Amino acid sequence: MKYSIAVYGGPYSHQATHTAYHFAQAVLAKGHNIQRVFFYHDGVYNASALVAPPQDESNLPKQWQTLAQDNSFELVVCIAAAVRRGILDENEAKRYSKPAANLEDNYQLSGLGQLVDAGLESDRLISFGP
Amino acid sequence: MSNTQSQVESDTGTETMSDMLIIFRKAPVGTSWAREAMDLALVSAAFGQKISLLFMGDGVFQLAQNQQPSAVEQKGTQAMMQALPMYDIEQIYVHQDSLDQRGMDSDQLHIDCQSLDSKALPGLLQQHKQVFNF
Repeated sequence: MKYSIAVYGGPYSHQATHTAYHFAQAVLAKGHNIQRVFFYHDGVYNASALVAPPQDESNLPKQWQTLAQDNSFELVVCIAAAVRRGILDENEAKRYSKPAANLEDNYQLSGLGQLVDAGLESDRLISFGP
Repeated sequence: MSNTQSQVESDTGTETMSDMLIIFRKAPVGTSWAREAMDLALVSAAFGQKISLLFMGDGVFQLAQNQQPSAVEQKGTQAMMQALPMYDIEQIYVHQDSLDQRGMDSDQLHIDCQSLDSKALPGLLQQHKQVFNF
């Protein structure tokens, strides 16, 4: 079965992302596919390359990145939700004249249409939020 | 609380089945949930989906007249909701018990809504292929 996952919770402030990550692992372990993970609302903070947790805590942005690479699925971040929260790729940093970009590698900024598309194209879309 | 959206695999035979139900459970100010949920409604409609909205819990405050979100430097959703007819979003429901609990009645609302009691909610969910819960 083809799954997509919507994440609405920020890392470290809420369990939602951790649960979503465990769910993604379980889906893959059962032999299903993941089409896309879509980050919306405070979930966009998962895409920050500047996340620097203590060494004995999990690094969720990196964990998503590795899981996505190993299993060939997309990490898509809502551009409107991200930009207003200060998560910018090179293009947006330039557009808003900001000193730096901080979107983690292998994440892409895109529109909410990607969430709508995930709902239409995947067999299941499961959301995780506070 | 995790939000679950499931797709009904088989056609239930309901002719009025809409593509997507978006449930609003948060007040218009205080968090960005209401606005970001309304963004999803408008974008989904723009993608050709047939959308229904359900306001329940504190979400019914989004329907109150004369909101002044700018007093707390916020925008709220009232202005966005004026655009709903342009996006052909006409199926708008409100949970009557939630209105009652907050001392509001249907003639205090700034848009026309169909009110539903708790018993009608499961049927509404079943009429939609996808449910987004905010």
